[in-house]
Amino acid sequence: MTPRLELRRVARSFGGLQAVRQVSFSLAPGEVVGLIGPNGAGKTTLVNLVTGVYRPSSGAVFFDGRRIDGLPSHRIARLGVARTFQIVQPFPRLSVLDNVAAAALFAGGARDLAEARARAAQHLAFVGLAEAAGRPAAALTLAGRKRLELAKSLAMNPRLLLLDEVNAGLNPAELEVALGLIRRLAERGLTILIIEHLMKVVTTACARVVVLHHGELIADGRPADILRDSRVVEAYLGSRFARQPGAPR
Amino acid sequence: MTLLLQVLANGLVLGGLYACIAAGFSLVWGVLNVINILHGSFIVLGAYVAFFAYVGLGLHPFLAVVPAGALLFGVGYLAQALVINRVVAAPALTTLILTFGLDLLLNNAMLIAFRADYRKITLAEPLGVLRLGGVFLPVDRLAAMALALLLTGGLYWLLRGSRVGRAIVAVRMDREAALLMGVDVPRTYAVTFGLGALMAGAAGSLLALIFPISPLAGTLYLGKAFVVCVLGGLGSVAGAIVGGLVLGVVESVAALLLGPEHAFTVSFALLIALLVLRPTGLLGRRGYE
Amino acid sequence: MRPALVALAVAVVAGWPFVVGPYLIRLASFACLYSVLALSWNFIGGLVGYPSFATAAFFGLGAYTGAIAQGHGVPMPAAWLAAAGLATMFATALGWAILRLRGHYFAVASLVVGEVLREVANAATGVTGGGMGLNLPILRLDVAVQARLFYGALAGLAAAALAVTLLVDRHRLGLGLRVIEQNEDAASMVGVDTTRYKTLAFVLSATFVGAAGAIYASWVNYIEPADVFDVLLSVKPIVMVLLGGAGTVLGPVVGAVVFLALEELVWRNFLSIHAGLLGLIIVVLVFVLPRGLLSLDLRALRRRHRPA
Repeated sequence: MTPRLELRRVARSFGGLQAVRQVSFSLAPGEVVGLIGPNGAGKTTLVNLVTGVYRPSSGAVFFDGRRIDGLPSHRIARLGVARTFQIVQPFPRLSVLDNVAAAALFAGGARDLAEARARAAQHLAFVGLAEAAGRPAAALTLAGRKRLELAKSLAMNPRLLLLDEVNAGLNPAELEVALGLIRRLAERGLTILIIEHLMKVVTTACARVVVLHHGELIADGRPADILRDSRVVEAYLGSRFARQPGAPR
Repeated sequence: MTLLLQVLANGLVLGGLYACIAAGFSLVWGVLNVINILHGSFIVLGAYVAFFAYVGLGLHPFLAVVPAGALLFGVGYLAQALVINRVVAAPALTTLILTFGLDLLLNNAMLIAFRADYRKITLAEPLGVLRLGGVFLPVDRLAAMALALLLTGGLYWLLRGSRVGRAIVAVRMDREAALLMGVDVPRTYAVTFGLGALMAGAAGSLLALIFPISPLAGTLYLGKAFVVCVLGGLGSVAGAIVGGLVLGVVESVAALLLGPEHAFTVSFALLIALLVLRPTGLLGRRGYE
Repeated sequence: MRPALVALAVAVVAGWPFVVGPYLIRLASFACLYSVLALSWNFIGGLVGYPSFATAAFFGLGAYTGAIAQGHGVPMPAAWLAAAGLATMFATALGWAILRLRGHYFAVASLVVGEVLREVANAATGVTGGGMGLNLPILRLDVAVQARLFYGALAGLAAAALAVTLLVDRHRLGLGLRVIEQNEDAASMVGVDTTRYKTLAFVLSATFVGAAGAIYASWVNYIEPADVFDVLLSVKPIVMVLLGGAGTVLGPVVGAVVFLALEELVWRNFLSIHAGLLGLIIVVLVFVLPRGLLSLDLRALRRRHRPA
């Protein structure tokens, strides 16, 4: 079966800095994969490479078997790749509803504004923002904006969803809600790549985890195995901890 | 060969003046992120100070640099502190329109006070012409260029060597960080704007000896300042010097090849080409958006 | 918009030149001209938020295209269409070059283009008459009829510009332009082809202005570079739109009419300081009415003044 997403030896440097080095991995349709790594490992750069914000310096990116590196962002978005931003990027002066409607209209295939708004209302209901629909996006709390990001991505009818730190800054109650949403999306069969710092999310939501360190892929496997992998521990905590038997939780 | 050297010499002399014209403009743009449309009128005002100082008091234009600079510093400081500071964080359109409106006010006031006719300072004892191996260098222009470069160098030294200067550079590099470190940002902005006006006034004073003065000339100088900034990069005095010299030489060559009326157009065409191809300037420093 | 109001407005505009004298016809013609300039700038400056100072460039280009065409015997309406067409093509090319710039750099580039075109017009004496200006063939029509003719042309152009503004507002283009203005990177992430939309807005800001330039040239019979490439032609529409309310449908028209009224008042009474007064208007506008007249909530103001 063709992988939903495939990266083949993708690399990207900025001037002298190599942000991503020869990374290769793939996502099968319906998989929920976590992407973890210390700060500065290149995770967001990787997402930017997939969504067309940057072109790879070398290597190729395939979406459903079709090569997408080099295409402009809006084309990739219309092909079915949606992402959330680590630092939320709403359209501040539009209503919450129109924020999502824009995504439905320009990438989600809605025929006109009316249909786009109807679909937007459904997505808002799914993430629990229905009663905020008429408010300007700038008026939402951080948790609300994160859910808005999610609703916008879903309105694009994606076949691949890239969640970039969508849970950062949420309190435990909000986190439970977010995890529930992700679980329901996974049940629908959506292919999801989750960039996360919170191990709780990674271990409960992801079937597989991929680890990035200094732009290099250092591990790829089940969450339990990854967390015991000495290279991963070394990356996060330093070599002192890696040499001890049994990784800390 | 001599012709080429003459053209080069003319260009460099002019370029030194352009550097002085642009240094203050570039500083304000780089630090406050404000394009000061008033800059051209500030230059003209400085020129008038020199003119009236000469006609009324017999003060040599090169000495008039001091009162012109001081007066314009005050004008600039007040303008920023009272009016422009309120829109410093606003989008480009707002600050452009505002400084444009203020310039209309100042320009109209000057037109009423001084009338539109062009005035020129003619020294009682002309300074003559220097001859270096076939190249003619009018001493007044040479002296003006030297003073202009001296002033520009003074600004550079001020930015690097004084507390006030370092505060300005800090604000330019990172406004938030400067704020956190206790820098009085609004006051620094006002001082920067004042310095920009000072440089304009001083430059105007030097120009008064060489070019005819009128409120109608302001836009011309503003245009030069624009081109120098895009050539040399924003907010850096070194960039203004490089940009000024390059523009001077380019104009001199263009005047030779196409005639003096077209030299102006060539510099603007160069500006557009640069903006499209390399907006960070010849020195490659990242500009503000 | 209530249909009765619309019908009334149409009746007033259509009947105007038949019930008032030449001065008011002239004034109304300028109101239409200003409306065209303001509505056009609104596409790129009000909706997309890119500070364009290219209006003068498009106007002058249109004026000279129309004038030169008519000088070669092209009938007036065809000359006007040609001007609109050339302005459109020019804006497409210029947009490709400078729409990738943002903020100040875009503003400066758009401003300088007009300056360069002015100098080119000054220099190309053989084609444009250079600094001496260009005369247009005189119409063999009664003065009163001419006045109504040009009023009609300008009113028609303004109506067209307004119609397109309304269309864009309701169409997905309007929403697309708005999201580009609020967050250009996020816009492309949700599927908006930002390059294409920005270019469309920029072109729309040129087409009607080009036609207006040509109509103006035919109307006044004589043009020169300093006149039709005047930088104030770029600044005034901005002030009008800011006055009325950027990004709205009627804001530019409201702003244009109010601005014209102010300008006429000042011109007739304070000629020597009219530039300074324009400057003052601008300064006051920036501080007192940053969102324009249409943003004033008159009901809220009245509530505040009513006794408790």
